[in-house]
Amino acid sequence: MDFDYDTVVAFSKTWGLFYMMAFFLCVCVYAFWPSNRQRFDRAKHSILDRDDEPWQK
Amino acid sequence: MIKNLTSGEREISIFILVLVAIAGLAMAALGRADPLGTQGWIVILLAGSLLWLIFRAAFEPEPVEERLTSYYDDPIKIGIALSMFWAVFGMFVGVWVAAQLAWPNLAFDAAWSSFGRLRPAHTTGVIFGFGGNALIATSFHVVQRTSRARLAGQLSPWFVLFGYNLFCILAISGYLLGITQSKEYGEAEWYADIWLVIVWVTYFVLYIRTIARRKEPHIYVANWYFMAFILVVAILHIVNNLAVPVSWGHAKSYTIWPGVQDAMVQWWYGHNAVAFFLTAGFLGMLYYYLPIRAQRPIFSYRLSILSFWGITFFYMWAGSHHLHYTALPHWVQTLGMTFSVMLLVPSWASAGNALLTLNGAWHRVRDDATLRFMMAAAVFYGLSTFEGSFMAIRPVNSLSHYTDWTVGHVHAGALGWVALITFGSLYTLVPNLWKRERMYSAKLVEVHFWLAIAGTLIYVFAMWNSGIIQGLMWRTYTDEGALAYSFTDSLVAMYPYYIARAVGGLLFLMGAVIGCYNMWMTIKSVPLAARADDAPVASAAVPGE
Repeated sequence: MDFDYDTVVAFSKTWGLFYMMAFFLCVCVYAFWPSNRQRFDRAKHSILDRDDEPWQK
Repeated sequence: MIKNLTSGEREISIFILVLVAIAGLAMAALGRADPLGTQGWIVILLAGSLLWLIFRAAFEPEPVEERLTSYYDDPIKIGIALSMFWAVFGMFVGVWVAAQLAWPNLAFDAAWSSFGRLRPAHTTGVIFGFGGNALIATSFHVVQRTSRARLAGQLSPWFVLFGYNLFCILAISGYLLGITQSKEYGEAEWYADIWLVIVWVTYFVLYIRTIARRKEPHIYVANWYFMAFILVVAILHIVNNLAVPVSWGHAKSYTIWPGVQDAMVQWWYGHNAVAFFLTAGFLGMLYYYLPIRAQRPIFSYRLSILSFWGITFFYMWAGSHHLHYTALPHWVQTLGMTFSVMLLVPSWASAGNALLTLNGAWHRVRDDATLRFMMAAAVFYGLSTFEGSFMAIRPVNSLSHYTDWTVGHVHAGALGWVALITFGSLYTLVPNLWKRERMYSAKLVEVHFWLAIAGTLIYVFAMWNSGIIQGLMWRTYTDEGALAYSFTDSLVAMYPYYIARAVGGLLFLMGAVIGCYNMWMTIKSVPLAARADDAPVASAAVPGE
């Protein structure tokens, strides 16, 4: 089989969809994974901390 | 500023500047009468002025060791100043070209001041000069504060900042000389493009190394947006600018992309420049400065993650909506259209997230023009992304394409979203960075806000009207099936709107000038803050590690 324009089009019209769906699922799993909740909560509050020095250590 | 560099660092910067000057000399020697030669002299002049600044401070005492235990804010301060300079320059040229469309005599019969040369000077001045410097400055600020770490370099931030501005100057002076690659938002020629690659890779490495130093376990979402901005702009810039120069002594080059592929690559670049230069980086600002100013954490962190990946992955495919009804394969046009419509979901997720963050702080939006800048930016972001998705639909595009509606849409985004979020962020950042109690005048921030809003609305409504009238006139047929209006007819109908547009732009420019004055007076005359900084108290602070 030749590797030409039609091959690329066929690939992008089929597997192109599936890899994006798979990626979407991964992102959802990461965002809604229960144990990540604490990490995200901490992240969104920590920018409001008042200190203005880099942390040493 | 130079005093905070060690003598070794001063020597290295002299070495780098001499190399740059030699490169400029080579351009001048090889280019001779070609515009490339003139560009070479510009490089020598700029490298020479920086060298002079460093030599003047070369024998200052060594900096104190304690500087390494604080954040590195010097490059941010210069970045803000450069950004505001470019804002005034770029918007002034914008008002000028807008006025030329109403009164063509304002080109004064010179080649350099013709519309075709000034227009890219305007777009590059505001997008890359104003927007780019604001992005570099705020990204340096956000990455340090959210990582609780100092920038991972003493010289590289300066290299990024000045190297980037050298690119901007080369690009804009080149347009005035008549140099152009004829690629929208990528007009600069090959030598400037190569230089930008060097600068940009340094930027990326600096950013990654600073994040690697972080003391916070989680990388805050604003950094994701800034990183996407830096990484994707590098990819776009390299692919779109693959070109072969006529010779080493000529500014002119030819792209390696043939025909319709050139068009596709150009608009893949062009639309992702909107996505990653004008959106992702500014969303980084939104996700940091809006919560800081509102003194409330972002409404939903999870939503910010989902919309981040939505925006990065959907935008990549949207570029072909610029090429509806062209030689581009139909399915590629449909793909671009579909992804453009899907983009509405992550875009509105971000805009909604920002507005919901303000729930419970609306009294602050009322009283504080700085926060109102950011609120209005989020509203315009929501509006212009809706408009963009709508205009990408093929039949709608058949009416809107090539008309002023497109121009109006771009400015709803650029003035309403990009510039407003930038001014809001800078008004938050300036007192904080210079450790002042507040801005010099809250009234002037208020005046700036209303000038900016009035300017944007006048501009956008004028272009909506003129664009839709244009589109309709171009597709009106007589009973015999001939076009009812000539192009000149439609041009005459545009006249009042072109005047309104210039007025809107002028109001916006006046706001920016007032902003410059207010920032200058803040730095000069507002007393130092009693506290170390004016960052707000967190409602639920988490102690350090």
